[in-house]
Amino acid sequence: MSTTLSYDRLSEEEKHAHFMERIEKGDKIEADDWMPDDYRMTLIKLISMHGISEIMGALPEKEWVPKAPSLRRKLGIMAKVQDEMGHGQLLLRVAEDLMKPLGKTREEIMQDLFRGDLKFHNVFHMPAPTWGDAGLIGWLVDGAAIITQTNMLKASYGPYARALKRICAEEVFHAQHGEAIIMALAEGTEEQRPLIQDAIDRWWESLLMFFGPASASTTGASKQDTTIKYRIRTKTNEELRQDFLDKYIPRVLSLGLTIPDETLHYDKEKGQWVYRQPDWKKFKEIVRNNGPKSKDRLDLRITAYENNAWVREALSPDGAVV
Amino acid sequence: MKSAQEAKADQNYRATLMELLYQLADDDFIIAFRGSEWLGLAPHIEEDVAFSSINQDTMGHAAIYYQLLEDLGEGNADALAHGREASQRKNAVLLEEVNGPGHYLKKPLYDWAFTVVRHYFYAQAKKIRMESLKNSSYQPLADAAVKINMELYYHLLHWKTWFTQLATAKGEAPERMKNAIEKVSADMGGVLTLGPKGEEMAALGLIESEEVLTQRWNSEMEKVFAPLPMSLPAVKMKRGDGRSGVHTSDLDSALTTLSEVYKQDPVASW
Repeated sequence: MSTTLSYDRLSEEEKHAHFMERIEKGDKIEADDWMPDDYRMTLIKLISMHGISEIMGALPEKEWVPKAPSLRRKLGIMAKVQDEMGHGQLLLRVAEDLMKPLGKTREEIMQDLFRGDLKFHNVFHMPAPTWGDAGLIGWLVDGAAIITQTNMLKASYGPYARALKRICAEEVFHAQHGEAIIMALAEGTEEQRPLIQDAIDRWWESLLMFFGPASASTTGASKQDTTIKYRIRTKTNEELRQDFLDKYIPRVLSLGLTIPDETLHYDKEKGQWVYRQPDWKKFKEIVRNNGPKSKDRLDLRITAYENNAWVREALSPDGAVV
Repeated sequence: MKSAQEAKADQNYRATLMELLYQLADDDFIIAFRGSEWLGLAPHIEEDVAFSSINQDTMGHAAIYYQLLEDLGEGNADALAHGREASQRKNAVLLEEVNGPGHYLKKPLYDWAFTVVRHYFYAQAKKIRMESLKNSSYQPLADAAVKINMELYYHLLHWKTWFTQLATAKGEAPERMKNAIEKVSADMGGVLTLGPKGEEMAALGLIESEEVLTQRWNSEMEKVFAPLPMSLPAVKMKRGDGRSGVHTSDLDSALTTLSEVYKQDPVASW
């Protein structure tokens, strides 16, 4: 009681210093704890984007849910997209708690998405025209997601760290599901094998973009410094991209596939991969909802939202018959 | 109680059993597909999570039945699920019907009231069927029914909740539900029937008779409808008996999607 009272009497600067002290010694911040406004805003942006990306991320695979070529594959991809939706829900709940003091709800998250103010991940703006893409999304996109999400497992914000723990565990299954599809195609017929190479060629640039620009100077904006300062993440975008390349380049090559970048090589002295930079101008356009599939996928969600307005009305407190 | 081996040795028993298994498998396969088309389009995210879980369960049930058919020497389960033409399918016509105007990837103006009513009515019928199949003379089917029944409990609870909530809400929901109930009832008979070989199925102890099962379904419905401001119209089979191979073009287009990749190379390993 006395600590709470004295805490209330602290100046904003003192509260901030106390907060930094807490996160620096590894304390977890909880939803009702005092936090600096920019910490809250950074988390809301990060987590609502993460949550909505999980939800939008189900759409590229949606096409392949019924088309999966066997009962086992159908069950596998159905389980995967259900997980993704579940992650989206879990994360939106975390974001909602953070938004509560601002008087905002999930409704605002959805409206922000529809207006284009809330961005979703660059990879989910891209087309997935073959079954090879369905496999590659599981294998490499989920593989990349595991790397970025593992980087935040020790996040200073407790509810996010706990959600990520569960999400990462499930993502490992997704990557295995994707890998199994890719392996079957790699060992398959002359018609099946090219499906993987075509998918790699299509997705390579997006996979590099996945980790974001190396610094703010590339695209004019990057939150990575703030998120590192606040102990939400530990590694930079470039470090994560290098981890991804370390892990997956040998695997891709071992399947007899090529990577569509003839400049790609490992610089032993620097201990890192040298690669052709993706077109970061294109990246900016993609996340501004000007990617090849941005409009179609947003349209799907907007159509569903409008079409189900009567259901929301029926479920609202005013809609129920007492 | 018969095993797969004993069933295979008895021609008449095997033929009648297969008829029933095809109905069960094809029903679940097609309704799981219709459900999966809703992915990302459900009224809210919590429902998207729940519904996709139900669809996954239901596709799993179809896979169990196709496997039972494979065990009886009918051929590969994947081929049975993906390779058969519409005219060979035994699912009820109601279950193949599109969710509404539009396509699952483009402008889907799907009808949630229709989906709730169809899934609720179907889940109730399936529940009654599973309870009966737990005592089936075919042991592998009785075992499967026990397993399926456990998941079905939650499906039924889910759809019943939606059904009563929307039927008793204010606003336009009850009117939409009334229309959906009429639409679903017009073809629900196709779900409740056991088809041309129904009597033989009952005689062989595979499942109880169509009359008994339908009566149970009706009495469950009466209980649910009693407090509602609407009634259950007479259940019919307006567009024909899917159990005899009668289907609509909705099934053709569904099968084209469901088997698109499979048919690129049916013998390849995917």
